[in-house]
Order: sequence, then C-alpha cells, then structure tokens
Amino acid sequence: MRVMAQVAMVMNLDKCIGCHTCSVTCKQTWTNRTGVEYAWFNNVETKPGVGYPRRYEDQEHWKGGWMLDKRGRLVLRSGGRVKRLLSLFSNPDLPSIEDYYEPVTYDYDNLVNAPAGKDIPVARPRSVLTGKPTAITWGANWEDGLGGAPEHAGGDPNLTGEWAEKVKFEFEQTFLFHLPRLCEHCLNPACVSACPSGAMYKRVEDGIVLVDQDKCRGWRMCVTACPYKKVYVNHATGKAEKCTFCFPRIEAGQPTVCSETCVGRLRYLGLVLYDADRVGEAAATPDEKDLLDAQRNVFLDPSDPEVIAAARRSGIPEDWLDAARRSPVYALISTYKVALPLHPEYRTLPMVWYVPPLSPVLDAVDAAGGNQDDPDHVFAAVTRLRIPLEYLAELFAAGDSEVVAGVLMKLTALRSYMRERTLGEEGDEAVLKAVGLTIREAEDMHRLLAVAKYQDRYVIPAAHKEDAAALSAMEDRCPVETSGDPTDAAGRKVMLGIPTLRRNTSGG
Amino acid sequence: MNAVPTPLAAASAGGADLLLWVAVPYVCLAVFVVGHIWRFRQDQFGWTSRTSQLLEHRWLRWGSPLFHLGAFMVIAGHVMGLAIPDSWTEAAGISEHTYHTTAVWGGSVAGVAMVTGLGMLCARRLLTRTIRLSTNRSDKLLFPLLSATVLLGITATAAHNVFGAGYDYRTTVSVWFRGLFVLQPQPEAIADAPLLFQLHALTAFLLFAAWPFTRLVHVWSAPIGYLARPYLVYRRRATPTAAPTAGGRPQSASGSRRAA
Repeated sequence: MRVMAQVAMVMNLDKCIGCHTCSVTCKQTWTNRTGVEYAWFNNVETKPGVGYPRRYEDQEHWKGGWMLDKRGRLVLRSGGRVKRLLSLFSNPDLPSIEDYYEPVTYDYDNLVNAPAGKDIPVARPRSVLTGKPTAITWGANWEDGLGGAPEHAGGDPNLTGEWAEKVKFEFEQTFLFHLPRLCEHCLNPACVSACPSGAMYKRVEDGIVLVDQDKCRGWRMCVTACPYKKVYVNHATGKAEKCTFCFPRIEAGQPTVCSETCVGRLRYLGLVLYDADRVGEAAATPDEKDLLDAQRNVFLDPSDPEVIAAARRSGIPEDWLDAARRSPVYALISTYKVALPLHPEYRTLPMVWYVPPLSPVLDAVDAAGGNQDDPDHVFAAVTRLRIPLEYLAELFAAGDSEVVAGVLMKLTALRSYMRERTLGEEGDEAVLKAVGLTIREAEDMHRLLAVAKYQDRYVIPAAHKEDAAALSAMEDRCPVETSGDPTDAAGRKVMLGIPTLRRNTSGG
Repeated sequence: MNAVPTPLAAASAGGADLLLWVAVPYVCLAVFVVGHIWRFRQDQFGWTSRTSQLLEHRWLRWGSPLFHLGAFMVIAGHVMGLAIPDSWTEAAGISEHTYHTTAVWGGSVAGVAMVTGLGMLCARRLLTRTIRLSTNRSDKLLFPLLSATVLLGITATAAHNVFGAGYDYRTTVSVWFRGLFVLQPQPEAIADAPLLFQLHALTAFLLFAAWPFTRLVHVWSAPIGYLARPYLVYRRRATPTAAPTAGGRPQSASGSRRAA
C-alpha cells in the first residue's frame, strides 16, 4: 500500500444555476492573457449540449483518455509511444481553434472616440487572432440555457442509443442542467502519460496535475490525450497550460477561486487518501460499468488504523490525516455514495465528482402529473423514466442507469424526510430505510448538502511549514505573469481582463 | 587522400578566403555553442517548438511532416557526404559510381520533400493572417535563412550533379568542412568550388549562428526519452533550490513562470 493524498472536488449539480461566476473569476485569475484568450480552465456547460470544445466527449473522434487493447492492457486511445513520436510533426487529433472559438475583443475605443453624430457609437467585435472585425459565431457557453439547442444539441455525444431519439425529437418537453467543468486532476492522467517531454506531472503531496512551463516543448500531445480537453495550447508561447487547481491558494489552505466565488455554494473541497499502487489495476478494470466501484476501492478509509499507519510511513502529516477524516469529498464519494465521477469510462480515474441533479427528474414527475414531494411518485418516476436517467448515466456512470437511479432515490428520500422534519412532522423513517440511510446519516447529509457551511464545504489543510522556503520563493510574484514579451520586464502591466489585441504586430 | 596541410598552406590562401572559409565558420560555430549554452541556462521558458497547429492545421498537416522527414534524410545525406571521407566509402567497397547514384537519387527525394514541406510552411506563414501575426523576430530571421540554405543546396545539386556534368564535392567542400573540425582549416579546398556550393556553405554557417536564437532549438529536445520512461510522472513540490530565483535575469521576464 502506497498512500497518497489528493485534494479533490465534488459539485452538487442540483444547486448550479449556471451563473458562470466560477468561469469568470477563474478567467480573471488565470487566463486573461494573450495566447489563452480561448482557454477556460473552468467552464459551465448546458447539458444536453455539445460542450466545449465542440463534441469533446466524442472519443472515437478526439482519441482522448485510455482504453483496453485486444489483450486487455491499458493503452492511450491516441496511440502508443512510437505512434506519438511519429505524430509530433502534425498531430492528427488536435482540436483546432474553430473547435473552440475565435477569441474576440471589442472596439471599446470607438465608444469614447467616435465623432459626434446622429448614431450612438457601438463597440464592434474584433478578432484577437487577426485584428480584423469579425462575426461571433461560437463561444465557450454558446448553448447556455439550451440556446440553439434544436440546431446543435443533437450533436451531444452522450445522446446515443434508442432512448436518445426522444431527447432529440421532444424538445418542447425538454430538460436541462448545468455542468461546471475543470481539470479532473485524475489519478491516472492521460495528459501526463502522453507528454513526450515529461513536463507534466502529478504532485505527490496533493495530487494536483501541473505543466512545468520550463520543460514543456510544445509537442501538444497532452491536448489530444486529455479526454476532458482541459489542457490548452497557449498560442502565443507555444506551451501547454491547464487548470492549476489554484495550487497557491490550496497550499495556503484556501479553496480554489472557482469554489470560493461559487454563489450556489455547490462545490466541496477535501482530501481523499488513495493507494497509488492500485491505480493502474483499477483503471484497467475490464467492464466499464465496474470502473466506478474500482475507483472507490482505490480510495482508502482515513479512519482505518492500518491506513493511518501506512499514511504516516508515506510521510503524510498528522493534520492532513485529520483533514482527510473530516473530508466532505470523501464523505460524499465513499460514505454516502452520492457523488459520481464524470465519464469514468475514460479510465483516467477523475477526481472532480458530481452529485447528479434531481431537478430534471422532478420536472418530469411534474409533467407526468405526479407530486414531486411524494417520494413514492418520485421513486416510481425514477425507475420508469427513460430520459434523462439514461442521459445522466451516460455522463456519470458509463451508461449504468441503476447507479444513477440509486443516487437519485437517496437524494429524493433525504429531501422528503428532511422536508417533513422541517415542517414540524415526525419524518417517515421508512423512506430512509428504503434507501439504506439512518436518521443520523440523513441529518449529516442534510447538513453537508443543504446547509453547506463554508467550513464544512472546504476542508483544506495548508501546505507544510517545512516547505515554507519553497513556497515563499513563489510568494513575491504572480505565477502567471504576462507572457513572452520581455519588454514587459521594466514596468509590470496589470491586465484588466481585456484581451490584449496584438496591436503592436497587427500593423505590419 | 589529400595531403595533410600545414598552417603555412592555410596562410597562403588569400585574405578573403581566410575570412570567408575560416573566420566566418569559426565565429558562427562559436556563436552556435555559446548561444546554446546561454539560451539553455537563461530561457527554458522560451525553449519550444512554438507550435501553431492550433491556429492553422490544413497546410501544416502535409507541410510539417514533409519538411521534417525530408530534413532528417537531408541531414543524414550531409553526414554521409561531408563527414565521411571518400576513401572510407571506397574501402567499404562502395564505388564512386554507386555512391554518386545513391546520393543523387536519395538526395533528390529528400531535397524535394524538404523543399515542398518548407514551401508549404512558408506559404501558411505568409498567407494565413493569424500565423503571420504570430510570427516573431526570430522567425523572420529563421525562415528566410533556412529557405535560402535549402534552396541554394538543392539548386547546387540540381545544377551540377543532376543536370550538370557532376561535381565531386567530396574532394573539395568536404575536405574543407572536416578541416574546420579537426582544427586544420583548409580554406583553399573550397576556394575554387562552384559559387552555388560556396553560397550554400556560407548560409549554412549563418544558419548555425542563428540556430540558438530561434525555434530551431527544439531539435535538441527531440523526446526520445519518452520511449523508455514510465507513463505516470510524480513530482514533489518545488524545493528551494529548484525555485527560479537563481539566474541573473530580472524576475519579471517570462522565464519565471513555473506552472500553469
């Protein structure tokens, strides 16, 4: 047993209102620089929808993640080592800027400098790549709230199988939910495994996956290998960049920017202990539907004395072990088993998990004339419902709708029981028993999921004082100062989130 | 085999020859070596292939593999032609005729692939606006210099060895080239070579001088080690010694970025 600690995240999707605050604050913090205008370390997608970049979940096309070869061995879908080196000169599976979108800025100058006239001046969009006026035809959240869905949402790669026809053709009875996405900081990261330079790495202490900007040589294999398409090429520096899980904040014991600013308070951060020796074996589980359990089995119970002893041998400090025992993430994933990974079938063992949303199910119960406060109606609906249960299963359980149904029933029972309690009634314990919960557990889950106090949502042990020298080396400067241009060296420019149109070069 | 030259023989060459075929090459090679050491120590952040596939992939898809594979063959051909004396190939039982035929055919295929590929890469750089705008000063030096070298090389081969009477550079240019590296320069060996070969040699040395300051440095980062390394890379948090506070450059320069 080789115990490692991972800072992981769980998102409670029922609470996501799709306000994009996480995306905006993330962008302001990390990617408001030339070269990564199109990069969204965090973005919020409307589901069903094609996602960002377009149809990124279609791994037949984009070749992301791992798969099992004919002999059952775990291989990168984008090919082995030799094939990767042969595709260095031109990577056949790299999304192009059209698959993301052409980043734009606006002619803000025109608003104040236009000569007096009859018409109110407008700020027209201008491409950041060409410097020319452009028409905006796509964006990172183009389909927000199902915008354009009749035209595009059919292209959602999760809509496979017979049941999907219904989604495509019954849009008047539509459903939607929001899916915030960031780097999964996987236990078995395909991007790290595909990096020819060895510039990408997973940190031993907290499991955060990073790109060493000094080692990256711009071979761009990570972009292809990541099935979530959360590694981006900075087209100004020619190097890969990705979500950092706000490691400077995590090291200081603070939540990531996306979590800190989440108005729905739907994000949870905490430690998970896992057995690094069992990662490869779990990722190679033959049946995709067993991957969820396989990954849960890699996680270690932080209260188990054997685990604690092994963790101490691995050098994990006591306060980290204590934090692991209080981890909301471990509770939601392994104790209450209500959180599910996004696309476990990619075999990367992702570490950002989701509590699947009840709301589309409840809408369907309403539409069928049932009472969504009556757990019997909802239970019945959950089992009978073909959409969106199977849709959720495609996302969170490799197509196993029973897993999703089980979680939704648990959430329904919890909701029904706590509603009765809140209204001053006894509360029907039978409902809880039906989903295998005790009253105590229900109260704890309610506290974690519904009350969701700040200190319960974020249990992040700070990095250790022994390492203080290393950390202070980072302290006096921003980790993502402006790119490339050495002329910035004299006076530091502060970017206000307005993409810097390369005016200095676009003249020539 | 050529007679071993004495320093006096070198001195007997004209001043212009000394400048062009001894001074310029040595200065270029010095810049090449010192430049690489400087860049590697000072600019790890800028050390990259500077990929632009994200912005344009239709031309690159054909142009880049053609250019790179062609270049590998061309480099191999140059190693054969310049580094290996003709006496060695003779001793190995390869007749002058066999060598010549192989060189002309192999060289032509490689050269055409490289020129076509480079042409496509230059075309996309000039014609695609996004790529043109992302072209920096080092590219503006590198692309013309590389194109000139490649074009002069293939023109020399075509004019003298494919369509012309045939010119045995192995007894002249190669002798001069090897002489530089054994520190016994023989400028007189190349002094009478055809102009195209001379220009090719000169632009090649200028290219060597420019090499460390351009994206060509990515050649030295060819990720051969990837074939042998374990898939998963774990690393501990940066230690104080690894922190990028060392080095004589202002911290706000781009090299100070660690991870993103």
